[in-house]
Amino acid sequence: MSKMIATREAYGKALVKYGKENENIVVLDADLSKSTKTAEFSTTFPERFFNMGIAEQNMLGTAAGLATSGKIPVASSFAMFAAGRAFEIVRNSICYPKLNVKICATHAGLTVGEDGASHQSIEDLAIMRSIPNLTVINPADAVSADKLLGEMISTYGPMYARFGRAAVPVIYSEDQKFEIGKSITVKEGEDITIIATGIMVNEALEAAKELEKIGLSIRVIDMHTIKPIDEEAIVKAAIETKLIVTAEEHSIIGGLGSAVAEVTAKEAPTFIQMIGVNDTFGESGKPNELLEKYGLTSENIYNTIMDSIEFDDEIEDEENGCGCSGEHSHDGGCGNGGGCGCK
Amino acid sequence: MYLKRRENFMKQSVKELKVTAGEIRKDIVKMVHASASGHPGGSLSAADILSALYFNVMNIDPENVKMEERDKFVLSKGHAAPVLYSSLARRGYFSTDELLTLRKIGSFLQGHPDMKGTPGVEMSTGSLGQGFSSSIGMALSAKLDNSPSRTFVLLGDGELNEGIVWEAAMSAAHYKLDNLTAVLDYNGLQIDGPNDKVMGVSPVDRKFESFGWNVIKIDGHNFEEILKAFDSAKSTKGIPTIIIAKTIKGKGVSFMENNAGWHGKAPSDEELEIALKELGGDK
Repeated sequence: MSKMIATREAYGKALVKYGKENENIVVLDADLSKSTKTAEFSTTFPERFFNMGIAEQNMLGTAAGLATSGKIPVASSFAMFAAGRAFEIVRNSICYPKLNVKICATHAGLTVGEDGASHQSIEDLAIMRSIPNLTVINPADAVSADKLLGEMISTYGPMYARFGRAAVPVIYSEDQKFEIGKSITVKEGEDITIIATGIMVNEALEAAKELEKIGLSIRVIDMHTIKPIDEEAIVKAAIETKLIVTAEEHSIIGGLGSAVAEVTAKEAPTFIQMIGVNDTFGESGKPNELLEKYGLTSENIYNTIMDSIEFDDEIEDEENGCGCSGEHSHDGGCGNGGGCGCK
Repeated sequence: MYLKRRENFMKQSVKELKVTAGEIRKDIVKMVHASASGHPGGSLSAADILSALYFNVMNIDPENVKMEERDKFVLSKGHAAPVLYSSLARRGYFSTDELLTLRKIGSFLQGHPDMKGTPGVEMSTGSLGQGFSSSIGMALSAKLDNSPSRTFVLLGDGELNEGIVWEAAMSAAHYKLDNLTAVLDYNGLQIDGPNDKVMGVSPVDRKFESFGWNVIKIDGHNFEEILKAFDSAKSTKGIPTIIIAKTIKGKGVSFMENNAGWHGKAPSDEELEIALKELGGDK
């Protein structure tokens, strides 16, 4: 079992680390510093920490003002409030003048858990990626949270990153390199591509492991940057593999799935299965129960892929084969060990 | 070089400021007329305040727009962009010829201030309340750097309806931002009519006092009072200052004065002619 760390924990620690290296970093919070994990920064660098109270709009407006004076403000709150309550400030005061503000939102997605639908931000990626000039980042684990924060700080411009509340497995080694806008192919594969983001990267890897057992070769891409999205990796996947499945802890409307579809529709029309929260609100529950109930699991990724292959199979059978990418033998078998659904 | 330039700029006297404000008012009506859209009422009401800031109070240098430790001005009531653009142009940030391009396609004089396009604009504003928050960040930053830079922000009275204004007011007092001076352009009118009819804002002085601000009340068209208020704000330590400037919306143009209908409307050719005549004639 790999180590379990919440991305917000990694973010809080990394903030202190980068704060030591760069004294232009100032941190703002909206009375949630213990939850967002900016508290350690506040005690290490009290003069560079501003608690703005429960006032997310003013916090981000103030961050904009600090940025005009050459500071690198990192502002945190829950994703629901940073992206939701303060949307217009993010758009007009930060992104329109292209100011160097880093919005680090925690408690994103369903895994905020028991607080329920009012606190479960499943729209933030959609909202934030629609704003011009804004880079949108969604780290998958503790290592990527740390490394991507480092990239955010060393790259000029307005950026939004989302972190989770719940502990998630560490999937990367410390020497993994991260580049904003460049996805990571965490597992090579030839038949099907799963493009995942955030905590769903681990679920994608689990699903891929199971699918390999029945002979399918699965590519898994960690799309840690939702905007600008890595078009090259998406087009490559669309051309080289038969099916793309997207997986995100977010609404299926407007997030990663939509972003991938925007690219393929233009560059390489592809059948895409999107896994995310269907057009509905969440509810209170334990993070794992919620992920299970709303289908954000490796099992659902596995089943979705299996269903898609069977669907493919029926159509193609009437013509000349099974529709899988395997070589067909004389008796109609494809050499894929039956994993693709061919008989 | 730099010091010499600073010495070249003489602070305008009250007599000179009156002339400058008159020129700015003429610019405003001409600009709004030329673009056939814009906000003359709240621009005219703030002309004296901005004249005082740009031609007497602020430590700025149009030859060195990004000068370290310069004072900063944020037009939180961003729709009054014409008064800001005219002040900047007349202070030397760009040619006054540009003013008539206001709101036209390709112009750097956007309908609401855009810091990326217009020299001298310190913050992009337009949706109300946001500029006030940005000014908090600027003042905080100056405190962090032990910079003498002072931040000035102009608010409209209708703007006080926005909740973010009070979030900002609370935070400015909390962080003891005595390097921040807000000015309230208190003309009493917002788009739909008198403030107190649309959404009661009074008593503004007691509201800000209770939020921990130093409050100074003045006639916003009296330069002696305006300059004295800025002086007093500068010498006030430990708390931010708001200058509540009683003004007349549409000031200087008889048919625009105290008329909410001129909040966001352009004058016709005939109306322009009358307005310019009333403002002291035009060449």
